[in-house]
Amino acid sequence: MIAGHLLAAGQVTSTAASVTFWVLAVISVAAGLGMVLARRAVHCAVLLAVVMLSLAILYAVAGAPFLAFVQIIVYTGAVLMLFLFVLMIVGVSTADSLRETIPGQRLAAGVAGIALLVLLSLIVGHAAIGPAAPAGPRYGVGNLRGLATLIFTKYVFPFEITAALLITAALGAMVLAHRERTTPKPTQRDLSRQRMAGGHPSPLPGPGVYARHNAVDFPALLPDGSPSELSVSPIIVARERDLGTGPAAALPAGGDAGNGTAGHQEQAGSAPEEARP
Amino acid sequence: MSPGNFVALAVILFVIGAVGVLVRRNALVIFMCVELMLNAVNLAFVAFARQHGNLDGQVIAFFVMVVAAAEVVVGLAILMAIFRARRSASVDDANLLKY
Repeated sequence: MIAGHLLAAGQVTSTAASVTFWVLAVISVAAGLGMVLARRAVHCAVLLAVVMLSLAILYAVAGAPFLAFVQIIVYTGAVLMLFLFVLMIVGVSTADSLRETIPGQRLAAGVAGIALLVLLSLIVGHAAIGPAAPAGPRYGVGNLRGLATLIFTKYVFPFEITAALLITAALGAMVLAHRERTTPKPTQRDLSRQRMAGGHPSPLPGPGVYARHNAVDFPALLPDGSPSELSVSPIIVARERDLGTGPAAALPAGGDAGNGTAGHQEQAGSAPEEARP
Repeated sequence: MSPGNFVALAVILFVIGAVGVLVRRNALVIFMCVELMLNAVNLAFVAFARQHGNLDGQVIAFFVMVVAAAEVVVGLAILMAIFRARRSASVDDANLLKY
């Protein structure tokens, strides 16, 4: 039903079109400004999704229902999800520091932005942008057929080139994401030797106290009644110590016992921010 | 709705994206601002297609979307490679070619 509405959007009344336009214009500009101003990258991604969704509706209003759907599927669906995945790896919690590395950069950027706005406004103001062409069959249900005709006749060569571009991009991403193994992969024999030499051949004790609490941050009790620091992941211990709450925060400090310290390295998503000179 | 309004909105969004590219230092956010600029240009293409009453502008906007998708894939892969080597996504830290 929504699709039917969007397909018919080429012929919506001008009042509805202008109301939609002004509402979405305000929303998209506000979200765009928020994207530039938000300190956390996740907030930027969500605000960008708002901009893209409102642009998709604007495409539908402007008589491009196919582009509206492509916008939602490709941009909001694929590109933004890719952004969010990379954001998860690079570190969700990293916020931009407010310190300027180049003195006066923000002021200069603001001046350049205003200059660009004035320049583009002058160009657009001087251009004779006439009224919309009368709504023909191309802007309603015939939009898809018209686009297909154009893509497979007049623009068929650029369309074929697009295939080469996409394959090249996929290959490039694979090459860039590939990581050479610098050490040989440990075999099962190596792993078992390592475990026997590590002084802890048995599995580590699980967290929680039977019949009382089995949360992962709840240390198990040893026979003498003291909490076992081996039963809780060191990541959780470090986190709860930072927060100052939780049952794992009460574990003795520095009691990592040498296991799972690699987890600390992996967890250091927010470390680069502090490591900056 | 006049195409002029759409073009004006596209101009504003493009300027916001350009300022974002200049101001922000997280490479991911800069990428998002580039995407915003591409979207603004697409909106202008669609508006001009509406004005002229043909569909060529929409086809070009479609191609822009394809190129943007490819660009995002490669760009994010580069970003991941840099992050793996330098543990940072800030453009200030990628300064080995500076001197």
